[in-house]
Amino acid sequence: MTVSDLLRGDLRLLTEMVPGGSRVLDLGCSDGSLMAHLRDEKGCTVRGVDLSPEDIASALSRGLSVVQTDLDEGLSGYADGSFDFVVLSQTLQVVRRPAFVLREMLRVGERGIVTFPNFGHWRVRGYLALRGRMPVSRSIPFSWYDTPNIHHTTITDFRDFVAANGGAIESEVSLVTREWAGQIWRVHVWPNLFADTAVVLVRRA
Amino acid sequence: MAAEEERAPDALAGSPLASGLQVLELAGGLDLVSGRRLEHVQIAYETFGELDPQGANAILICHALSGDAHVATGPDRFGETVQGWWEPVVGPGKAIDTEKYFVICSNVPGGCSGTTGPGSADPATNMPYGLRFPLVTIEDMVDAQAALIDHLGISRLACVTGGSMGGMQALAWVRRYPERVASVAAIATTWRLAAQSIAFNEVGRTAILGDPAFLGGDYYEQGQPSHGLAVARMIGHITYLSDDSMREKFGRRLCEREEHAFEFVTEFEVESYLAYQGRKFVERFDANTYLYMTKAMDYFDLSAGHATLAGALADVRSRFLVLSFSSDWLFPTYQARELVDALKATDAEVSFAEIESPYGHDAFLLEPEQQRQYLEPFLARIVAEERECATAGPSAPTAGGDAR
Repeated sequence: MTVSDLLRGDLRLLTEMVPGGSRVLDLGCSDGSLMAHLRDEKGCTVRGVDLSPEDIASALSRGLSVVQTDLDEGLSGYADGSFDFVVLSQTLQVVRRPAFVLREMLRVGERGIVTFPNFGHWRVRGYLALRGRMPVSRSIPFSWYDTPNIHHTTITDFRDFVAANGGAIESEVSLVTREWAGQIWRVHVWPNLFADTAVVLVRRA
Repeated sequence: MAAEEERAPDALAGSPLASGLQVLELAGGLDLVSGRRLEHVQIAYETFGELDPQGANAILICHALSGDAHVATGPDRFGETVQGWWEPVVGPGKAIDTEKYFVICSNVPGGCSGTTGPGSADPATNMPYGLRFPLVTIEDMVDAQAALIDHLGISRLACVTGGSMGGMQALAWVRRYPERVASVAAIATTWRLAAQSIAFNEVGRTAILGDPAFLGGDYYEQGQPSHGLAVARMIGHITYLSDDSMREKFGRRLCEREEHAFEFVTEFEVESYLAYQGRKFVERFDANTYLYMTKAMDYFDLSAGHATLAGALADVRSRFLVLSFSSDWLFPTYQARELVDALKATDAEVSFAEIESPYGHDAFLLEPEQQRQYLEPFLARIVAEERECATAGPSAPTAGGDAR
């Protein structure tokens, strides 16, 4: 099994969006598996930030450089445009200041890649509509009172959000993920209803 | 160095291949940053563990203000097994594992634990130098270490590390010998002292210089200016702790009495602790060395000669691990972040974490497990890469895994 086989489906797709040799900053890089993949398989120069001591330690053991950072405080130190890509994978929904984080991404990077769970997915809509309860699902597995996900968005809302914060969407891939089966499918029809995950490439407007 | 080491000689498992105290005579003397020159220099050092065949596993540990070469447990200068000052972090199976790495630690010039300092005899007069000893800088300390590394036949260090003033030396290495340092682990340290820390150092020096027993630094026959040195150490200890740790450790508890004495005697536990630390320090540490060490720290500025710190670090190729402690108000996290930001701006390979600890600056001596979490994988990876480079040949000198 190669490293890429171990990558989460949306991360695998994300790596396809990054040309070899790119300079990549991974925001909320977790244990560094995406960074290690981009470095080892695609010859990218990678840097990461995360909050968790355990994740930073894991990344260190892979020889990666990770700076403990609270994304809500910005990306001080990194020069404007110093990365080709800034990745924000499954992290947008946990930050307190998503608009600020997006602007910081677009400041230090030429492009940003954002992946997030789609709150407009039909299961989520159905859960709320039929049960009258805040949705708990495989991709959103927390009760409302103890969830780290404080800023849920739908794909449609995200488009407005990018436009309102000085960004433009370059491309968008909508997915249905079945991690237990190790599979992902692209969604082409009504993504805001049928996709549970979105991978969006943004740039400065 | 901050906390007082308890040197318990019994039942200690020493590191394998602990060298005991060695002394190197620097044949060429030492040219100092100040422009002055020390003709006769001896460097006291110890090594632990074994250098691997590729010479890729050497780690230099730099000691802090009151430290010495005895970083890990092993025989002291009298051959007795004594606990090292960084015992929780350095030793067999520890974060800096002396079964895996070749660990070197030397006493700095200006020190009082075997390396030439103000208490050493000036060859010109055969009397202790006292204040005639030239001021030494952090860079001078690093030059002496480089001479030692040469002597040991090591061309490149896998890592230079240290806490506090030791961290300053580790940082100075990358500007002074960028090609000879694969990585730096800078712990509880700063790229330059802020006014608050210089202020504390100056209070300590004022206490020493104002002691009538100081005698212009020529007190070696009459005995130490013990009052001044003890006061300096008491101030030091306050800055090494934190409000939280002092509240937890002492509170307002009185020692050996139930009620206030209504006299100027030692009553509170915190008073008794400070008095004890002061007394103990006077027995083992030279007052002049205290002056020289604090001055060296005050002078240190990693950005010296450049408009910005990032400018000063533009050419560094070493990998960095920077660790700070949440309650350290002497070397606060914001200063570590300034360093990290400058390194980010130069595109250096830098990792950073702030360790949650109530123990203040002393945390680097008291939080071995939290430091191990980062140090262990960092060092393992660096040494593995250095071995690869050594095997691949001298054309691959950078430690970084990716193109820069």
